[in-house]
Amino acid sequence: MIETMIEVSHLTKRYAGHKAISDISFTVARGQIVGLLGPNGAGKSTTMRILSCFLPASSGSAIVAGHDVFREANEVRRRIGYMPENNPLPLDMRVREYLKFRARLKGLSRPNSRERVAIVIDQCGLSDVGNKVIGHLSKGYRQRVGLADALVHQPELIILDEPTIGLDPNQIRSVRQLIKDLGKQHTVLISTHILPEVEMTCSRVIILHKGRILAADSTENLQRKIFQGGPVIAEISAPLAELIECWAALEMIQNTDISPIDGDYHRCSLTPQNGVDLRPIVFEQVRQHGWTLRELTRDKHSLEEIFVKVTRGDKEEEEQL
Amino acid sequence: MRVYFTLLRRELGCYFMSVTGYVLIASVLLMLGLSLIDVLTKLNSDPTELPLTEIFYYSFYFWMIMLLTAPVITMRTFALEKFSGTYETLMTAPVSDLQVVLAKFSGALIFFLITWIPLLVYLGILQYYTDLNAPTLSGSLIANTLLGIFLIGSVYMSLGCFASALTSSQIIAAAVSYGLGLALFLVSLRSTVSMPGKSWQDKLFAHLSMTDHMREFAHGEIDSRWVIYFISFTIFFLFLTLRVVESRRWK
Repeated sequence: MIETMIEVSHLTKRYAGHKAISDISFTVARGQIVGLLGPNGAGKSTTMRILSCFLPASSGSAIVAGHDVFREANEVRRRIGYMPENNPLPLDMRVREYLKFRARLKGLSRPNSRERVAIVIDQCGLSDVGNKVIGHLSKGYRQRVGLADALVHQPELIILDEPTIGLDPNQIRSVRQLIKDLGKQHTVLISTHILPEVEMTCSRVIILHKGRILAADSTENLQRKIFQGGPVIAEISAPLAELIECWAALEMIQNTDISPIDGDYHRCSLTPQNGVDLRPIVFEQVRQHGWTLRELTRDKHSLEEIFVKVTRGDKEEEEQL
Repeated sequence: MRVYFTLLRRELGCYFMSVTGYVLIASVLLMLGLSLIDVLTKLNSDPTELPLTEIFYYSFYFWMIMLLTAPVITMRTFALEKFSGTYETLMTAPVSDLQVVLAKFSGALIFFLITWIPLLVYLGILQYYTDLNAPTLSGSLIANTLLGIFLIGSVYMSLGCFASALTSSQIIAAAVSYGLGLALFLVSLRSTVSMPGKSWQDKLFAHLSMTDHMREFAHGEIDSRWVIYFISFTIFFLFLTLRVVESRRWK
């Protein structure tokens, strides 16, 4: 039993002229659900294509389940279930037929493949559409067919490239639940550009940007880092003067921005001094003053915002150079 | 081997699950039917000593079928998978490039041979109503003709697979394989049309001429040189196809 499922070291991939990924290294332990997070064009798909032995790397090495992806491609392929971006499927086949074909292709014997197909159809909630033509299915069902295909040979590692893209919120929820369930038995690597998705499903996150790793950490640590210092939004019904006075008296509040909304309510945006969580403090103040509080929330940085900041930093650096 | 047969079944399934397959079968059926009319007209008009299969070959539909159906049969093999993205799921399954190339090629070839079945039926009908015997019509003549169709079919299918592997557009794949196929045919035609001379160019073209070789097959002669010629041609293009498929993983 190998404990390290993926070991990537100094991986670089050049496409004519530019680097899709440059010198990335990371490891994934067995049994983790890891999210590759990044905006479009960050190198997520390229990394996954290299790990699934579809493309070779320009330099560096990647070892998946104890086998080198370039030299022992077939050994690696046998051990992974890969769902590419946009989940391509042959639209002319029926669900069960397609899964059987894939199972056989992945080397399962006939009785074994029949058994496994029945299991994954059940697992992915495809029982109602088993005999339907894939081209006639909704996007949500097609996504499940892709997942079922990735699972059918009981791979050690499942690689899913943007598994929830283009789905409606209900479908997204069910696919995420499915991925979570998979994490109990398999190692899962998913890519996404949606931050909450990573928060909800993954235990570890690797943030990619412009082909480089910006951060790799557990989800909790990263959340703390990302949300640290983020402003707290409170909607309070109170006289404006009292509010200003109250916030000014608190030294842990660095910056205050109050704007009136409807009725007596004011919207206070409070930035903390050094990463303190202001929410309990605000609530305490509201209680002491006897105000009415109708909303108290921490302004979540969206991933986009973070990336905008990072890229702006890059540009300034370049200009200085 | 299991992987190969799984892939082959899928390939053949593709032809019969799409309308294209049936359109192809129908159009070959039409052209073979027209060539049957040609043959019957010829048999009715003047006496001939040629074998029936050779008369069939002389009808102008034989090469029509070769040139027109081959690109359409093979254009989807790689191009469609690349276009729809299923190429990625296929190539990340534990299959070797060679298995994929061979399965796609033999799938196309088998389908191509299936479209020729009406010819056998027509020959059977003629045999039944005319009581023709050797040297006009015999089992070995038919076998020779089929061997020729099989060999030239392999050449054209391997060429088509190569063209399809180059691109992700079926139209371009069809156009390239049609162009290559036509060029091959025109080169072949040179020695058939002009009187064979003694110069080395004429000899070379006579060797290359697929039309001459196929006429010999239809006439009932098997020359092992031409068998080897066609087989090596096929292997050459399959090799090129394999290299194109592998090139994705070149560093």
